[in-house]
Amino acid sequence: MTGWIDSILQGIMLGALYALFAAGLSLVFGVMRMVNVAHGDMIVLSAFVALWLQRITGVTSPFLTLILLVPLMFLGGYLLQRTILNPALGEDILRPVLITFGLSVIIQNGLLQAFTADSQKLHGGRLEVASIPLPGGLAIGTLPLLTLAVSSALIGLLQWTLYRTRLGRALRATSDDLSTAGLMGVNTPHLFAVATGIAMVTVAVAGVFTGIRASFDAVSGPDWLIFAFEAVIIGGLGSLWGTLAGGVILGMAQTIGARFSPGWQLLSGHIVFLAILILWPQGLFPRRTE
Amino acid sequence: MSTLAGQATFRVEQSSRVSRIAGAGAALLVLAMLSAPAWVDRGHLSLLMEFFYFLAIAQMWNLLAGFAGIISLGQQAFIGLGGYVLFFATMQMQWNPFAALLIAGLVGGMIAIPGALVVFRLQGAYRAIGTWVVAETFKLVFSEIKSLGAGSGVSLPASVARAVNIGPLSRDTVLYSIALLIALLSIVCSYALLRSQAGLALKAIRDNEATARSAGVNSFRIKLIVFVATGFGTALAGALIYLSKLRVSPAAAFDINWTSYMIFIVVIGGIGTLEGPIVGTLVFFLLRQYLSDLGSWYLIILGAVAVVTMLRMPSGLWGTFAKSRNVSLFPTRRRLILKPK
Repeated sequence: MTGWIDSILQGIMLGALYALFAAGLSLVFGVMRMVNVAHGDMIVLSAFVALWLQRITGVTSPFLTLILLVPLMFLGGYLLQRTILNPALGEDILRPVLITFGLSVIIQNGLLQAFTADSQKLHGGRLEVASIPLPGGLAIGTLPLLTLAVSSALIGLLQWTLYRTRLGRALRATSDDLSTAGLMGVNTPHLFAVATGIAMVTVAVAGVFTGIRASFDAVSGPDWLIFAFEAVIIGGLGSLWGTLAGGVILGMAQTIGARFSPGWQLLSGHIVFLAILILWPQGLFPRRTE
Repeated sequence: MSTLAGQATFRVEQSSRVSRIAGAGAALLVLAMLSAPAWVDRGHLSLLMEFFYFLAIAQMWNLLAGFAGIISLGQQAFIGLGGYVLFFATMQMQWNPFAALLIAGLVGGMIAIPGALVVFRLQGAYRAIGTWVVAETFKLVFSEIKSLGAGSGVSLPASVARAVNIGPLSRDTVLYSIALLIALLSIVCSYALLRSQAGLALKAIRDNEATARSAGVNSFRIKLIVFVATGFGTALAGALIYLSKLRVSPAAAFDINWTSYMIFIVVIGGIGTLEGPIVGTLVFFLLRQYLSDLGSWYLIILGAVAVVTMLRMPSGLWGTFAKSRNVSLFPTRRRLILKPK
C-alpha cells in the first residue's frame, strides 16, 4: 500500500516538472499559434549550459547557474523569435513546424558534437538525498517537493502576468485577434519575441530541475517535448492550471505504469494521453469559451 | 470548347507541351531504370534501390503535407509497422515474402484509419506532435513483444531471404525492381489523384478550407483517404526496406529520422510539387555521399539547409525554378485557355 502512495506522490511531483515543460510550449502556442518542435531540445540545451556554467565558474549548486542561465535563455529566445521565427509565421502553419523541427535536429547534433553522447547529470549535493519524513513510514524528497513548489509558483506567476498586467493584456489581445491588436498599437513582432523569451525562462528553470532529478543526454529532447505536449492536451488548451493538472495526471500515469514494468513507464503515459484524447478531445479542463 | 458569355471560346487544360515532352522523357528514363540490373554493379544497384524507396516515402509525405495539409512527424510508425508485419508474416506465419509485402501495406492502410480518427482530433501544429506520440507508442509496444525480439529486435532467417530470388533473378534485382515499382506508383498515383476531382477538392481545401467546405467539399473524408493511402504506401515501403536490411529493431524502425529525411527531401526539392521530391532525393543522396563521414556535422548541415530553405526559398529548389520559368513537368493545375473571337 505504501508503495502505491509513494508512486502517486512521485507522480505528482514528476507531473509538476512536466507542467513546467508544458507552460512555455502552451504560452507560445496561445500567443502565436506556433508549436516549437525544438522545445524539448531547448530544455536539454539549458541543462547542458547549466552544466558548462558550473564547470567554468566552479559554483557547487546548479541553482546558482540560473542567475546567468535565465537572462541568457530569455535573450536567446527573444533573438530567435525576431530573426528566424517571426518571418516564418503566417497563415501557413507548415513553415514554423518545419523550421523548429530543423532547429531540433541542429541542437541535438550540436550537443552530441559538443558534449558527446554520454549521459550527464547536474549534481545537487545534499539536496538530492534530503527528505522530509511523513507518517506511515513514507518520506517526501526535498528536491521533488521544491520542484513542485517552484513549478506551481512559476505557473502562478505566468497566470498573474497574463491576467493582471499590461503585458498580459497585450498577449491575450494578440492571441484573440492578431490584426486588431496590431491596429490598437501592440508591437506584435516584439511581443511575440517577449513571449518566446518568457517561454525560454521556464525552459531554463525546467532544464536545471530536470538535470538534477535525472540523467539526460543530447537526444532526450524529443521525449520531453512529447511530455510537455501531452500535459497541454490532457489539461485542455488555454488553461495554465489545466496544464498543471495535465502534467500531474501524466506523471502519475508514468510512475504507476513503472510499478508494473520499467518498460511500461512511458507507454502507460502515452496510453492515458490517447485515451483522454479519444474520450475528451477538448482536454479535461478546457478554458470556458465566453 | 465552351463559350464564355459570348466573348471568347475557352477550354481548360492541364497538360502542356513541356509536360508531354517530359512524359516521353520519363518513359525513356523508366525503361533505362528497369534495365539497370543488367548494366549496374551490385553496390550501385543497392544505392539505386535506396534512392527509389526514399523517393517513394518522401513523395508520400509530400502528398500528405504539401497537398492535404496534414503535417505528420509520425510516418516512421508506418515504416516500422511495415517492417514488423513483414517479419511476423514470413517468420511466424510462414508466408511468402511477396504476399507479406502486400499484407504489410494493407495493415498500414488499415491502422491509418483509427490513427486518423485519433490524430485528426488535434488541430494544426499540435496534430504534428500527436502523430509523433502515436509513432512512439508503436515503438514502445513493439519493444514489449517478446516473440519479435522485444527491444533488441529480430533477424530474418536465411530461408526467407533466399525465397526472394525469382528463378534467375537475384535477390538484389528483385528488391531493386520492387523499390522502383513503389517509387513509380507513388508518383503515378499521386499524379492521378491530383488531376482527379478529389485533387481539385484537395487544392481547394489547401487554399481555403472554410470556403471549400461551404462549396460542398467533404474535407474530413478526403483527408482520411489521403492518410490511409499514404499509410498503405509508406508501410509497403517499410516492409521492402526491412526485407532488404534483414534485421528489424524498434529503435531503428520507428526512428524519427525516417520522417526527418522525408521532410528534408521534400523541403529542399519543393513542397507541393510532384517534381520536388525527385530533385530533393537527388540532393539528399549527393549530400550524403560527400558529407555522411562528418557524423553529427552532417545532420547539423542537413538541418541548417532545411531551415534556410524554409526561410529564404519556401517553395524549394524545384518550386522556385518552376515559378520563375512557369514550367511544370507533371502539371496538376488547371489552366484556362481563352481564344478571342
